[in-house]
Amino acid sequence: MNVADKKRLLREMLFARRFEERCYEAYVERKIGGFLHLYPGEEACALGVLEAARPGQDYVITGYRDHVHAIKCGTDPKKIMAELYGKETGCSRGRGGSMHIFDVEHHFMGGYALVGGPFPLAAGMAKALKMQGSDDIAICFLGDAANNQGTFHETMNMAALWQLPVLFVCENNLYGIGTRIDRSTAVVDQYKRVAAYNIPSAQEDGQDIEKVYKAAKKAVDHVRSGKGPYFLELMTYRYRGHSMSDSNAYRSKDEERMWSNRDPIIMLRDRLIEAGELTKDDFKAMDTEILDEIEDEIIAFAESSPEPRVEDLEKYVFAENDPWVYGGGR
Amino acid sequence: MKRSHNDHAGLIAPASAAAELQVWEALNLALNEAMAVDDAVFVLGEDVGVYGGSYRVTQGLYARYGEWRVRDTPISEGSFTGLGVGAALVGGRPVVEIMTVNFALLALDAIVNMAAKLRYMSGGQLRVPLVVRMPGGVAHQLAAQHSQRLEHMLMNVPGLRIVAPGTPQDSYWQLRQAIRHDDPVIVLEHELLYFDKGTFDHAAGAPPLHAAAVRRPGRDLTLIAWHRMVQVAQQAAERLAGEGIEAEVIDLRSLRPIDLPLLRESLGRTHRALVVEEDCRFAGAGAEIVAALTEAAFFDLDAPLRRVAAADVPTPYNGELERASIPDVDAVIEAARGILPA
Ligand SMILES: Cc1ncc(C[n+]2csc(CCOP(=O)(O)OP(=O)(O)O)c2C)c(N)n1
Ligand SMILES: [Mg+2]
Repeated sequence: MNVADKKRLLREMLFARRFEERCYEAYVERKIGGFLHLYPGEEACALGVLEAARPGQDYVITGYRDHVHAIKCGTDPKKIMAELYGKETGCSRGRGGSMHIFDVEHHFMGGYALVGGPFPLAAGMAKALKMQGSDDIAICFLGDAANNQGTFHETMNMAALWQLPVLFVCENNLYGIGTRIDRSTAVVDQYKRVAAYNIPSAQEDGQDIEKVYKAAKKAVDHVRSGKGPYFLELMTYRYRGHSMSDSNAYRSKDEERMWSNRDPIIMLRDRLIEAGELTKDDFKAMDTEILDEIEDEIIAFAESSPEPRVEDLEKYVFAENDPWVYGGGR
Repeated sequence: MKRSHNDHAGLIAPASAAAELQVWEALNLALNEAMAVDDAVFVLGEDVGVYGGSYRVTQGLYARYGEWRVRDTPISEGSFTGLGVGAALVGGRPVVEIMTVNFALLALDAIVNMAAKLRYMSGGQLRVPLVVRMPGGVAHQLAAQHSQRLEHMLMNVPGLRIVAPGTPQDSYWQLRQAIRHDDPVIVLEHELLYFDKGTFDHAAGAPPLHAAAVRRPGRDLTLIAWHRMVQVAQQAAERLAGEGIEAEVIDLRSLRPIDLPLLRESLGRTHRALVVEEDCRFAGAGAEIVAALTEAAFFDLDAPLRRVAAADVPTPYNGELERASIPDVDAVIEAARGILPA
């Protein structure tokens, strides 16, 4: 990774941070509704892994904490914000909201609300890609607690059995809502769990984007070269509550402080400053530019976009309606 | 829906009885009392322990009864519900909390293939005193995977009892009764009702588990509803009363079995009825109610039975579309006009 790449990744992480923080504000202002799960603290995971893949071409799927993954795949952040505002110009036309960002053009195959749901879909995409002779791969990002669903084990078995080109990335932030991992999970190190299926795996520091990138490169190369699935566990932390309706009181201040001392953005920033590749002022300028872009372009776009039309309520239920039979759509 | 911040609710005091309670408090009281009188009763579910439940229903129980009786589970709906079935087979009285009905789809094997069938398949040897509680309904912009009302799916399964309390009083009674019952009982709760306040009489005797209740007497037509739609029906009835039309509002309270005798008695007086349901129209609960009433009381009717139901769409995120997708007071009034004499 050269200096220019590192600076770009720093900017991407900072953008992701600011974007999510602005979502928080918009939620408080009641511009955004429903459930909102934010990504601050975990930026290096999605951005570092996808940096090592072919974002926009490889097929990416994840849970409800999905904005940053979509952005890295190439989804226009304006369309994501518009989606959160429920607007017709949103990437899911206002039908999906925060948990259901979809951008098929950029092969971002969605955010899903049910924990563990995406595992088999990722394997299914991998199977189809392999059958098509493509060297694109499927990449599935999910949380630590998702590994307790049956779909995890069932999918690992099939992915290994059929040597499917799928990379599983576990964003281990130590909690599933308010339950700490050791209270829900018998084996706390997630990368060990796939050994039962002979799936190669690794555990890496998810706060250091350079390490994430390196580990992901190895993982992606493995999967793309036809050697079957790979499981990468990234140790990370979410700064905010699970969602907007969670105040986070179940975690100790010490624990939170320990993790904020290992902030992915600050760590890379300081490293670049130490190496003489970046100044504090450069970083400040970068931040200002990002904040302006978010306010002047992204929020402005979401604010000024039209709502979906109520007449279109029944659009997109079926490919086409069969109104002559009862239940066939209007 | 606004979840309250209840990160440690499991460790604070549970709710106590009062002349007014919120729905979650009434459920909490019912659980607490059931656990106090019967050591076999235990609670199982995601974040029910230390956290105190997503809607506070298990507040204080973890501190009082400990982790064996208030068990935080992994996110493994299929298997922890199955575990509930297993425990029920050998003398446990588990109360499984599934965070929302949407996730209960992952537990259908345990509920439908197991809990519902074991008494029958074993020729009456086994009993499954299992309660599965779960909130459903359209809340506020939670989108398609978090807004379902799946009562119709469960209603079609012989062997399941399904209750749908909508008030604090019913929530208390019906949960107590469900826990005492030797059959599997699904307790459907509504996400928007947990923080509704209502009068509460701790000493009042409970009606039968499956009895419906007349919430507002009337002579001109019968509005049949459950959960939040009872409130919508009541508001519609008040507006109709302004025009001199007296609608009777019945809170079904139970979806299997259904209190057909009470519905027939009402229809015998009003001769007209509307089912108001939050779920999608096609093959919904309303279809069963209308069919059963048509078969049982056709000659009492002065107008066709109708349904006011949700649009047959996955629930959209956008707030306006979401509102348009489920019945409101206007829709009930319009449908009522359609079956009233001109
Ligand atoms: C099947 C299912 N069960 C329960 C939930 C409720 N729920 C939403 S997120 C969550 C915790 C998931 O934790 P994890 O997989 O670690 O992801 P994180 O939120 O930490 O990123 C739970 C229990 C759900 N959405 N789907
Ligand atoms: Mg987690």
